[in-house]
Amino acid sequence: MAPILEIRDAVKIYSTAADEAPALGGVSFSVEPGEFVAIMGPSGSGKSTLMNIIGCLDRPTTGSYILDGVDVARMDEDQLAEIRATRIGFVFQSFNLLPRSTVMRNVILPMIYTRVPVGERETRASKALEAVGLDENRWYHKTNELSGGQMQRVAIARALVNDPAIILADEPTGNLDTRTGQVILETFRRLQQQGRTIVLITHEHDVAEYADRTVHLRDGLVVSHEEAEAHDSARSGEEAR
Amino acid sequence: MSIYDLVHETMLSVTTNKVRSFLTVLGIVVGIASVILMVAIGQGSQATITNSIKAAGSNLLVVTPGGRSAGAFGGGGGGFGGSNSGAKLTQADVNLISQLPGVAHIAANSTSREALSVPGANVNISVTGVGDGYQTVKAIETSTGVFVTPEDIRGGTKVVVLGPTAVTDLFPAGTDPLGQKIRIKGILFTVVGVTKSKGGSSFMNADEVAYIPLTTLQRYLTGSDAISTINVEATTAEGMTSLQNDITTTLLAAHHITDTTKADFSVLSQSDILSTASTITGTFTLLLAAISGISLVVGGIGIMNMMLTTVTERTREIGLRKAIGARPVDITSQFLAEAITLCLIGGVIGISLGWGLSALITATGVLTTEVSLGAVGIAVGVCAGIGIVFGYYPARRASKLDPIEALRYQ
Repeated sequence: MAPILEIRDAVKIYSTAADEAPALGGVSFSVEPGEFVAIMGPSGSGKSTLMNIIGCLDRPTTGSYILDGVDVARMDEDQLAEIRATRIGFVFQSFNLLPRSTVMRNVILPMIYTRVPVGERETRASKALEAVGLDENRWYHKTNELSGGQMQRVAIARALVNDPAIILADEPTGNLDTRTGQVILETFRRLQQQGRTIVLITHEHDVAEYADRTVHLRDGLVVSHEEAEAHDSARSGEEAR
Repeated sequence: MSIYDLVHETMLSVTTNKVRSFLTVLGIVVGIASVILMVAIGQGSQATITNSIKAAGSNLLVVTPGGRSAGAFGGGGGGFGGSNSGAKLTQADVNLISQLPGVAHIAANSTSREALSVPGANVNISVTGVGDGYQTVKAIETSTGVFVTPEDIRGGTKVVVLGPTAVTDLFPAGTDPLGQKIRIKGILFTVVGVTKSKGGSSFMNADEVAYIPLTTLQRYLTGSDAISTINVEATTAEGMTSLQNDITTTLLAAHHITDTTKADFSVLSQSDILSTASTITGTFTLLLAAISGISLVVGGIGIMNMMLTTVTERTREIGLRKAIGARPVDITSQFLAEAITLCLIGGVIGISLGWGLSALITATGVLTTEVSLGAVGIAVGVCAGIGIVFGYYPARRASKLDPIEALRYQ
């Protein structure tokens, strides 16, 4: 099967500091449709940069990124927006919710850019909120009245609501307790079973264990690919450092 | 983003930040309200002046000294009339005009601003020396006593008829003014009558007047036989034009002037006066509108300032919206719609406020105001225009934000 996303020799250099090492120094990897891939690495390894490129928020300085058979470097701004709206669901490390709006409004927000009929929106948002396990009595509260864990669940619901092919999650469980984190990761796994592709960025091994495959990054380079069966050796490798 | 969503997003944003929205709108409210109010005052004054000129009678011709360019407005208000250097009208001219065919009534008068005093009070008002027929032509009625009689005019007696405002200015309430002695320029006059109230107008109070015989005025107050205005009432409206020509010809001959452009007097019909008056009030209205227009521009700059602040304040939100699929045009239209909405809300409140204040001013009786639908229409257009012009730059800036930078912004 053709990969749903393929990154070849991606280099990213931030122009602000010319003498600095590139954030990405030539990364290549691909993700098959329906795969659950974790990207791991210590801070400064280029994880977030890679996520921005995968999420069409940024373009590589050199190298190519082919998403669904289309090189995004050739896409104009409106086409990129279209991809972000329909094909990618973002979950951010910081929740990035609209603070003075309700939970429901936040989850509905992506649907105004994909022209979902008004009548369907609340139903779809409710399903997404149920999927992340947020209490129904919280749905019409303002998001700045929620706990951190609740906020992240709203953010995940917002990412799910447009039924994207790829879900891109940046440390999605970083602000949730272990139990809730597991619920979320189970949700991701369930979404994968429904045919979605999931790319998860984390520095936690427990989280990466939910993935089929883990890509290790260090100093802007891929240092290893691991299949799920190799989890134990990966853990011992981390502990050895 | 659909129109529904655009409207919905705008409403949410405007109502979520109530204080900010209120302050932004305030500038526009003040601007629009002042434009509406100023234009209403201007147009109200214009209507008042027009009506008072029309009330003077449709068959009226007004002869004033000085060329057309010099004293064109002289006859209209009485108080405005200035006697010109050299050129003057006299009783001889009045007699000549009265012999012309088609003259129904003729009334000469001369006006001088004088100090009237009684022990304990004094007032500086316009004193009109009236000739025969003045009461008829000007349709003056008295509430008590009599008006200046032809005998008074022939004899040059020292009698005075006061307007109701002049009475209240000079005498304590409850005093019967008839028979009272007042001093004008130091000379004792006897009050013989009080006129009925005509009501105030924007520029002159028709009740703050005093009438004395023309001969008395010329002898004791001005010391000159000059007449400042001759009012001629034609028998028919159709005869106006020929009478106007006859008067011109007669006076030119009497004054030994051959070149009509050098005439030392002017004969104005009511329509001449009306057009002159409306030119003046029109300019006046325009001036008021222009001054209040400045406050509208200031209000627009306020909108731009507030929208720029908003864009900075909501950088992360803009970044997020772009991340979840908003196109640049979606962001631009959202912020533009917000600016236009604030302007329109301000416009509606401003129009109501301006309208309300106009009504209030009319109710107090100080000035008559007239809100024109044209001014309201222009105000609405200007509001939307301000929203677009001053909202576009901030909106454009928002749409160009880099989503990653925006999401990192603290």
